[in-house]
Amino acid sequence: MLYRENGQFKTSYAADQQIFPIAQDRWAIVGILVFAFIGVPLLVDEYLFRAILIPFLILSLAALGVNILVGFCGQITLGAGAFMAVGAYAAYNFHIRVDGIPLLVSFLLGGLTSAAVGIFFGIPSLRVRGLYLAVATLAAQFFTDWVFLRVPWFTDNASSGSVSVSNLQVLAWQIDAPVDKYLFCLAFLVVFALLAKNMTRSAIGRQWMAIRDMDVAAEVIGIRPLFAKLSAFAVSSFFVGTAGALWGFIHLASWEPAAFSVDRSFQLLFMVIIGGLGSIMGSFFGAAFIVILPIALNQFLPALGGLFGVTISTAGISHAELIIFGALIIFFLIKEPHGIARLWSTGKEKLRLWPFPH
Amino acid sequence: MSRQIGEVILDLKNVSLAFGGVKALTDISFDVREHEIRAIIGPNGAGKSSMLNVINGVYRPQQGEIILRGQHFSKMNPFKAAKAGISRTFQNIALFKGMNVIDNLMTGRNLKIRSNLIQQAFWWGPARREELAHRAKVEQVIDFLEIQHIRKTPVGRLPYGLQKRVDLGRALAMEPSILLLDEPMAGMNVEEKQDMCRFILDVNDQFGTTIVLIEHDMAVVMDISDRVVVLDYGRKIGDGDPDEVRASPEVISAYLGASH
Amino acid sequence: MGFFLETLIGGLMAGMLYSLVALGFVLIFKASGVFNFAQGAMVLFAALAMARFSAWIPQWLGIDSRFLANTVAFLLAGALMFVVAWLIERLVLRHLVNQEGATLLMATLGIAYVLEGVGTSVFGSDIYKIDVGMPKEPVMILEGAFEGGLLINKEDFVAALIAGVLVGLLALFFQKTSTGRALRAVADDHQAAQSIGIPLNRIWVIVWCVAGVVALVAGVIWGSKLGVQFSLATVALRGLPVVILGGLTSIPGAIIGGLIIGVGEKLSEVYLGPMIGGGIEIWFAYQLALVFLLFRPQGLFGEKIIDRV
Ligand SMILES: Nc1ncnc2c1ncn2[C@@H]1O[C@H](COP(=O)(O)OP(=O)(O)O)[C@@H](O)[C@H]1O
Ligand SMILES: [Mg+2]
Repeated sequence: MLYRENGQFKTSYAADQQIFPIAQDRWAIVGILVFAFIGVPLLVDEYLFRAILIPFLILSLAALGVNILVGFCGQITLGAGAFMAVGAYAAYNFHIRVDGIPLLVSFLLGGLTSAAVGIFFGIPSLRVRGLYLAVATLAAQFFTDWVFLRVPWFTDNASSGSVSVSNLQVLAWQIDAPVDKYLFCLAFLVVFALLAKNMTRSAIGRQWMAIRDMDVAAEVIGIRPLFAKLSAFAVSSFFVGTAGALWGFIHLASWEPAAFSVDRSFQLLFMVIIGGLGSIMGSFFGAAFIVILPIALNQFLPALGGLFGVTISTAGISHAELIIFGALIIFFLIKEPHGIARLWSTGKEKLRLWPFPH
Repeated sequence: MSRQIGEVILDLKNVSLAFGGVKALTDISFDVREHEIRAIIGPNGAGKSSMLNVINGVYRPQQGEIILRGQHFSKMNPFKAAKAGISRTFQNIALFKGMNVIDNLMTGRNLKIRSNLIQQAFWWGPARREELAHRAKVEQVIDFLEIQHIRKTPVGRLPYGLQKRVDLGRALAMEPSILLLDEPMAGMNVEEKQDMCRFILDVNDQFGTTIVLIEHDMAVVMDISDRVVVLDYGRKIGDGDPDEVRASPEVISAYLGASH
Repeated sequence: MGFFLETLIGGLMAGMLYSLVALGFVLIFKASGVFNFAQGAMVLFAALAMARFSAWIPQWLGIDSRFLANTVAFLLAGALMFVVAWLIERLVLRHLVNQEGATLLMATLGIAYVLEGVGTSVFGSDIYKIDVGMPKEPVMILEGAFEGGLLINKEDFVAALIAGVLVGLLALFFQKTSTGRALRAVADDHQAAQSIGIPLNRIWVIVWCVAGVVALVAGVIWGSKLGVQFSLATVALRGLPVVILGGLTSIPGAIIGGLIIGVGEKLSEVYLGPMIGGGIEIWFAYQLALVFLLFRPQGLFGEKIIDRV
């Protein structure tokens, strides 16, 4: 079947405002979802779940959050890791301190706590812009790094902030096996992605983008920068915080503050820039790229060395990884500064015209 | 014309504004009557844009006051101005470059949106219905400005003349009672200018919108405006109907003599 | 009182180094609009080069004199930083003109990864020593003025002195030389500078080179104090509050900002730290800068800018 929108006439604004106005896209997404929920669990082995799929899902969720703030609202943040940490540790505290609290509730409360902290650290955005703001957000990063390391209450007096959870279950569903974890994260991601899409296509999303594109004009049109920016910080931190809770509880099961260090923040920013700023789809692309790249390099480099009869030491591999990773990022920024999402949409554009290119 | 010029709706009294040492406006007073088209003219750097910026609160004057429908303000702020029904276009187009035409116009409806973030996140009944209702309004503006063919185009890709038109559209989507236009025809060809003139007159005529207009093209100004203020180096050097202003020796020497 | 003064002086001396690193940031930002997150990696890279060269050179050249070996190593490391600067301009910056701030920032993070990777592959990833004969013992000063006098760490003092001299030299370079003037012209307006024939690309190589030298000096000072190790790369993160405090484009801002942060850090660590648990100096500097920003968003010396519309 060809990829065409000819003949698909919209007869109402409602039809025109759907998430996927083109029928083929709707079918594709249904297919992907069916495959993700039913096909993948049947086909995939444990390693793939643990090493790639679960991290991909959770980091996609976090990247979605970062993209709302950076890509849609134009506020650069280098502190996303901090909000993952807040989400994780807050959820942990609800989990251990409130008797019989359902897991989902502690996750959502973790996300809400993160949102509140996000609003607080978003206040500087009302006064400063761009790179100044980026540096200001590092304040959040270093502050939370310190809090979870040094204030014992938050970690139930665990030394050096390392905590662990076990025996997680939602209703009667025991989330132990990788496939359960995968399905759990997948469900989260699907719901949150839908929420994100809805927000970005309605008034709040337009407020964010208006602030991003031209803040003075936005104000003149009756958009309050205070509300627009802080709501972006709140929603973004909510997403990122929930992702943090998932990362801690589901992916790691035991963690310490270093899991959410400034490197994590940079990583998340990479995802949205490489994936595509201001694109929901881009967040997934970026997360996939960043999750898969190191694993691929890890497999590929020794093989390449073997081809030339050189054995590369583990340390050598990790150095080479660093170099290649850095170089690829630069290459990408130079070749496609708008990210993979842009490649994707130009690709689709071409497909739409194929085989009659202009 | 069927419209009736009414009472003073906006009154500026002794407004002065300076940026560091630069005096952009010195002791300016003038008024705007309801339903009229009020032009501000003057050479480049005369302070015309600053004047509009003071009216809708983008700049804060050091002195003077702004009286809007009898309410006194020592300074405006953009949000308050928008609430009071003032909207505007910009000299250097200030559209939201990353959004398409429809979304740009939809931002103009922002103040009228009642649903909250949560409802929007779930695309809940009220949010969805509102979205459709405002879309219908925006489509009216699109029809009015004859830009149906570009409604889905990202504004960054549009040619300059069309961007100006979308800028006007966004202001109109607010359904303003006072519309401030900063050089809406600058850089346009004759045909585009004619279109723009027609739109301005139609807005004024059909919706009774009060218009404050900055324009360089004297022919246009003399043609469509009811009264004209002349600024030069931040001072007011003339004020009156087009014929009066055209006859004033001070205006002739200061403005018409100057190259621009 | 004596203790307070000691802390204050200690803070000022540490602050001088921050000023130096901040100056590296400011120079690059002024000339190319790039917020250089690779500054830390450059410090690490330069320090690694210096440490290893000074160990290798006696073997290569059969030099016995510590001083001579260090000098040669320093020059070699300096030359290496020049090559790095040139490569960065050639391979990265040149292709990213007119990109957004965030994109450029990400690119410098990429550069940082490459530098860290190359540095550790070429020079090794152990902890190395730099011994340039910095005095280690503390001295007592102003014994007459205070009871017990003031105990000053000589090493810090020398470091602050070197940093101070370099900061002074750079400020002079910027104000007085024709290259410096060209740099400032570029900072004010890229297009205008280009149109009057200032070669942007060369200017960029120069500023990155200067930043490289700054990184080298900072690397040597910190390296000889703490040992050359991976954590050096994060030291530069501590220079960031300085830049937002002082303003991204202000040289005096970088200098004064560095001193303020240095003093603030030390005083908070000594007087506030015990109350709320140690290790607060990193975030404290950031919070200090933040609170300051809320009241003066344009930074210490920045001019208030009202957007034109
Ligand atoms: N945001 C601003 N910052 C500094 N100076 C400004 C700003 N806006 C306007 N000016 C100065 O005020 C004077 C009047 O400018 P403007 O109102 O734009 O004039 P006009 O629109 O009549 O051409 C000019 O000298 C201009 O440089
Ligand atoms: Mg103007």
